[in-house]
Amino acid sequence: MAVTSDIAVTPEPEVITARRPAGALLRSSLRLWRTRIGVALVVLLVVVALFGPFFAPHGPTDFVGAPNTGPSDAARFGTDHIGQDVWSRFLWGGREVLGMAVAATAIGLILGGLIGLVAAYSRNILDDVLMRAMDVILAFPQIMLALVAIATVGPKTWLLVLTVGLTTMPRVARVARGAAQPIVERDFVAAAEALGVPRLRILVGEVMPNTLSPLLVEVNLRLTYSIGLIAGLAFLGFAPNPNGADWGFMIQENRLALVQQPWGVVLPVVAIALLTIGTGLVGDGIARAAVGIDRSRGGE
Amino acid sequence: MKLGGIAGFVVRRLLLGLLVLGLVSIVVFAATQALPGDPARSILGRTATPASLKALRDQLGLGGSVLSQYFSWIGGLLHGDAGNSLAAQEPVTDLLGDKVVNSAFLVFCSGIISIPISVAIGSYAALRRDRTFDVSTSIATLVFAALPEFVVGVSLVVIFATTVFTGFLPAITIISPGARPWNDMTAMILPTATLVLAVTPYVVRIMRASMIEVLESDYVEMARLKGLPERTVIVRHALPNALGPTFQVIAINLAYLAGGVIVVEYVFNYAGIGGALRDAVSTQDLPVVQALAMLIAAVYVVLNLLADVATIIVTPRLRTRL
Repeated sequence: MAVTSDIAVTPEPEVITARRPAGALLRSSLRLWRTRIGVALVVLLVVVALFGPFFAPHGPTDFVGAPNTGPSDAARFGTDHIGQDVWSRFLWGGREVLGMAVAATAIGLILGGLIGLVAAYSRNILDDVLMRAMDVILAFPQIMLALVAIATVGPKTWLLVLTVGLTTMPRVARVARGAAQPIVERDFVAAAEALGVPRLRILVGEVMPNTLSPLLVEVNLRLTYSIGLIAGLAFLGFAPNPNGADWGFMIQENRLALVQQPWGVVLPVVAIALLTIGTGLVGDGIARAAVGIDRSRGGE
Repeated sequence: MKLGGIAGFVVRRLLLGLLVLGLVSIVVFAATQALPGDPARSILGRTATPASLKALRDQLGLGGSVLSQYFSWIGGLLHGDAGNSLAAQEPVTDLLGDKVVNSAFLVFCSGIISIPISVAIGSYAALRRDRTFDVSTSIATLVFAALPEFVVGVSLVVIFATTVFTGFLPAITIISPGARPWNDMTAMILPTATLVLAVTPYVVRIMRASMIEVLESDYVEMARLKGLPERTVIVRHALPNALGPTFQVIAINLAYLAGGVIVVEYVFNYAGIGGALRDAVSTQDLPVVQALAMLIAAVYVVLNLLADVATIIVTPRLRTRL
């Protein structure tokens, strides 16, 4: 850490103790079995989503037989509603859901984090304006805003990512502001301000690191919902590529043949379920570890 | 004086709610009408003739300035006129009347079942803290909170309707024209169960946390030391105080149900506003989308308002701060 040594009142020790949690938090959360199971599930599904296509026996849109046939030698989990290989489409179908959900969560995290920090740090009318604007977005159910946007523009990839990201933003902003507020009132921030440290540097260097732990919990929660939302929109029929392989869309296109050929629905349902349970478990593990850390620090 | 405080608070929150709805209407209007180019062209596609474009523009009220379009739209909404559906060529209000009732009934069923269940489970988990019941509900709520509603709904269909117990329950809810959803309650079971599973976890968790806090409080200890029976301590002293924070979460979850019905109604082909919204979005029926977006946002705002007011009323501590 680059702290100039000729400044007598460097708030160094406090900053260091405050910075420790984010890394320590991850380590201590990994001691909980629920976090381990969550990490295992997430890793498994991410591997399937990323590397699945390399192991797919057929292309995602190859026709391999009659529609809705059961498992056979030609198609391990049977064929779908127009005769494509269910197993291959399943292996191809995770990339889109996962990629879009991660991108949307990243947008929500960055914008929301920024707005929350600025709002907390400004301590003036800007705080009110920003947070009331966030309240307006929160006055919508997330899926509603996405649907309104899709109604005019159509289910484009960028639009889905952007609307899910933008509706994630106010939720992150609230958490970031809540976490930053007690910190901007601490002495080391006032000390840094008195020393003439630029406000941006105080924000990035002093305030932000202290909000990482709550944001870490929040980002897991938001990722869980983003996956559900993106897959849910695809399930409603709003996937970017018509007939592209997509777990959510697979459920929608094969659900009418559930009685004859359940695999086209069951495989993607199980995949989405395990993935969201995995991210949910990781988030909960981190949240629990954070409470534990707070307790042990309080007891010092 | 105290009542005046509450009344003042309600009025202030009401005004804030109206302000939010006004802003929401601008967002909806901007997203559906003003922003990305010409909605008439995007609906009709490239092959549109100038005559058909003009006809659609007139129907959408696209003549005049953006501001006058907005005010004619919002003025119509306030008079109960949401325009004509592009797909059905009927007034939106006629088209949606029955569906609003159907959806409200679905939300009502889900609420009336999930609220008592989750309050009971949450309280019991708090009383059995860190024992088997508490640990297993903690895991169950975690899992169901993480699962998207459509995954729960489709899984229930696979298990109870099509594949595991074939034909045990109807996979879709058929509400024939003129009939009401309560005429066939078996068809309500799976959609209701899906929504119950979607919202119960949140209420259970907040109820448990709030109950634990209350059980550790001084007045509960005092009540116990006075020698009151444990039953009285819990029912008369602990439960009412633990319910305060829970009200807010319950109302937020009911509001959430207003959005959750969109996907769940589609899973079960349920004839409600959610399914209607989904269809309107896929056919780009903008007047229907706008009307439903405003309706759902209004429900959301009103429920959040009720949550705040109820929380104030049941939490005496907060009342003095008004």
